[in-house]
Amino acid sequence: MSDTARHEHQGHASTGTYLAVAAVLTIITLVEVGVFYVPAFQPVLVPILLVLSAAKFALVVMFYMHLKFDHRLFTLIFSLPLLLALGVAIALLFLFGAFVLG
Amino acid sequence: MTHYTATGLDSRKLAFWAFIGSECLLFGSLISTYLVYKGRSVRGPTPQEILNIPLTSVSTFVLLTSSLAMVLALAAVARGDKLWSRVWLFSTAFLGSIFLGFQAYEFTEFVHNGLTITTNLFGSTFYTLTGTHGAHVAVGVIWLLTLLVRSFQGKLGPDKALNVEIAGLYWHFVDVVWIVIFTVVYLIQ
Amino acid sequence: MATAVAEVKAEKASLGSTLWSWLTTTDHKRIGILYGVTAFVFFLIGGLEALIIRAQLAHSGNDLVSAETFNQLFTMHGTTMIFLAVMPLSAAFFNYIVPLQIGARDVAFPRLNAFSYWVFLFGGLLLNASFLFGAAPDGGWFGYPNLTSKQYSPGLNIDFWVIGLQVLGIASLAAGFNFVVTIINLRAPGMRMMRLPVFTWMTLVTQFLVITAFPVITVALVFLMFDRFFGTTFYSTAAGGDLLLWQHLFWLFGHPEVYILILPAMGIVSEVLPTFSRKPLFGYAVVVYSGLLIGVMGWGVWAHHMFAVGMGPIADSVFSATTMLIAIPTGVKIFNWLATMWGGQVQFRTPMLFALGFIAMFIIGGLSGVMHSSAAADLQQTDTYFVVAHIHYVLFGGAIQGIFAGIYYWWPKITGRLMNEKLGKWHFWLSFIGMNLAFFPMHFIGLLGMPRRIYTYSPELGLDTLNLVSTVGAFLIGISVLIFIYNVWWTRRHGEVAGNDPWRAATLEWTIPSPPPPYNFSVIPEVVSRLPRWSVTQMKAIPEVPPEPIHLPGGSYWPVVTAFGILVMAAGALLHSLWVVLLGGAVLVVGIYAWAFEPFEV
Repeated sequence: MSDTARHEHQGHASTGTYLAVAAVLTIITLVEVGVFYVPAFQPVLVPILLVLSAAKFALVVMFYMHLKFDHRLFTLIFSLPLLLALGVAIALLFLFGAFVLG
Repeated sequence: MTHYTATGLDSRKLAFWAFIGSECLLFGSLISTYLVYKGRSVRGPTPQEILNIPLTSVSTFVLLTSSLAMVLALAAVARGDKLWSRVWLFSTAFLGSIFLGFQAYEFTEFVHNGLTITTNLFGSTFYTLTGTHGAHVAVGVIWLLTLLVRSFQGKLGPDKALNVEIAGLYWHFVDVVWIVIFTVVYLIQ
Repeated sequence: MATAVAEVKAEKASLGSTLWSWLTTTDHKRIGILYGVTAFVFFLIGGLEALIIRAQLAHSGNDLVSAETFNQLFTMHGTTMIFLAVMPLSAAFFNYIVPLQIGARDVAFPRLNAFSYWVFLFGGLLLNASFLFGAAPDGGWFGYPNLTSKQYSPGLNIDFWVIGLQVLGIASLAAGFNFVVTIINLRAPGMRMMRLPVFTWMTLVTQFLVITAFPVITVALVFLMFDRFFGTTFYSTAAGGDLLLWQHLFWLFGHPEVYILILPAMGIVSEVLPTFSRKPLFGYAVVVYSGLLIGVMGWGVWAHHMFAVGMGPIADSVFSATTMLIAIPTGVKIFNWLATMWGGQVQFRTPMLFALGFIAMFIIGGLSGVMHSSAAADLQQTDTYFVVAHIHYVLFGGAIQGIFAGIYYWWPKITGRLMNEKLGKWHFWLSFIGMNLAFFPMHFIGLLGMPRRIYTYSPELGLDTLNLVSTVGAFLIGISVLIFIYNVWWTRRHGEVAGNDPWRAATLEWTIPSPPPPYNFSVIPEVVSRLPRWSVTQMKAIPEVPPEPIHLPGGSYWPVVTAFGILVMAAGALLHSLWVVLLGGAVLVVGIYAWAFEPFEV
């Protein structure tokens, strides 16, 4: 157990990193909501929001869920289904004509 | 007990990552359905008429903050700090409950404004998606409170950090799902 | 909770304690046997349903069963064979064989394993209990709404189906996580991933498909359940909903499911062929990679089940192309199997016969499958008996023959006795002839215009003779299964004692006694090659008596209690009684907590 424990815990980020990540997450959320209310951004709202939320997603998964520091097998076993889910969502939107009608 | 594993990784943690992978497909299907049916309702209320962005922004912030409390709880348990592990575990569960409170308020408001799960496609897909997410949060809160009780029983020492880590993985995943829902359901109307 | 070896051996007790020990068992071998026996009983029930269907269709204008009964029969035949027979029969091998092949003492989560079995059993019983209420599911195994919507199926029939499948999904998912972790994490020292036996590899791919595909059908079923129970509008065209949503979600699950059914059989065949050709598998790495490729590509072909709904030229072309592409890794495997036998000393024992039957029949089923990939051709074949012919070549000629190859191959390991060769050969040849009589004419029946799922047909169609031939074939299969059952009974008393390794096979499970002791390996083996028993560098011998006491986990009754909670919840949902659901939920919660805090060391 001790070997495994050491291996698994040396990877975790420090409290400072956690706080920094939390700050970034908060800022991104504020930007998201801000962008939502600015009429000028309306034409590019969707891509902006998708990029911002993907960034938040990545931050939480990499730092809070430690994937950045952990064994790559965990990343593999998570990202393969995640990619499948993404592919399925895109394919379904295409099949139901979402990209044609806009 | 020394446990040999071929990869050196804990089996429970590996299983839990596989579970999270599986959950990706669950929420992926729910979110896809919401998006596919967007704008197809034959009668109102529509998302534009009813979704409350300021309120949900606050509850989103609450859930994000709970994730911070969660990582701090894990750090406290891992270094054997009883007081702070209890503080942060409680904070996480508390913030989760606040989020659930917001959701309960939101649902009640919507029903008052004439949107139930049977009203239209928006109602069916919205309540099913956010309701499934809310159920996950509720399970998480119960899980965290269980850990808190174990801590007060003196059974949550550093040797049990993995139990907290796995609960944390669950909690953060639920948070991550909400990040997606907040964007595609609330902000992209 | 720790049980020393000596105590386990002293275990000889009354009927009551025997029952109790099976009810609380967490031993992967016992759970494997439970899976096998239960699934075989469901296989017989599903087979009986098939025979009634074929008797009804033996000649035109027959009235053996009513149209309503016929609908129930074909729905339950399909549902039973897929979810209650082929999947759990494969699961029996996953449970029994995989830990032995990787040199482990059990699976990663023994109690979760027991839980999977009990949930599966309860789900199967729930589905079949519908017969007692005269309300068996009757909407076809893919349950398309709006046929299955409340408006057109107001009775309990579809409720049983919707809830039963959700329960079975829980069982499959739990097993899926368990085996993914078991195979990755519990390999003996030296058993690298590229030394895993192909059966174990295919199990891993299968379980990956299970944990990714089952959530999708769960969502689809929840939508249908909400539509039926609470009046939501997911599948209501009047409210702007789209019936194709169900079809897409169902086949998103349904096509990976096809590979969930066939990959384990491919794995079994990849074990049997080298053993009886006295040659290592040709191109091991290629067989493994094509299995992986099939697993991933299996996610990109689902809409070829839906060409007839008019998805448009782009979607049709894409799914035609992906469907043709997936034939490539499948074809690669077939060439590898053939090359394995090339130049080998082929021994035609019963397992080998079934494996050869598998290859031959799977080629036919695969070819008719590729025919469907052409959207234009598929429009002529959709919903005719041609499709029925195709799936039966793949699932009976493929999956079931593969499973029988596995049964004959591993029976001596599991029971310690070899099955009777003569009876086995009778079983094989009767079932092989019967299968081709039953299913080959269906190609013509379908192309000549007979739709599937119609309870009778008119004599003017001119298909009486072909249908009669098909029915005769089906009953031949029935007789062959009776011969198998007799063989099992005969083998129990007269079967030749097998010893550790009756086939002189290559993999780890043959290094230990038959049946294996509770602890499987007296010492954990050190694996030095892909074919431990055939390689020049011999692995260390495994002593007959454990050199030191082995810790074994005791039993637990919480898995069965937790599973029972789920059954009560499902029954409550069927009865539309919130109180019963809550009661079941309470049992579930108690079960989970007691399970989590029970002292149980793996």
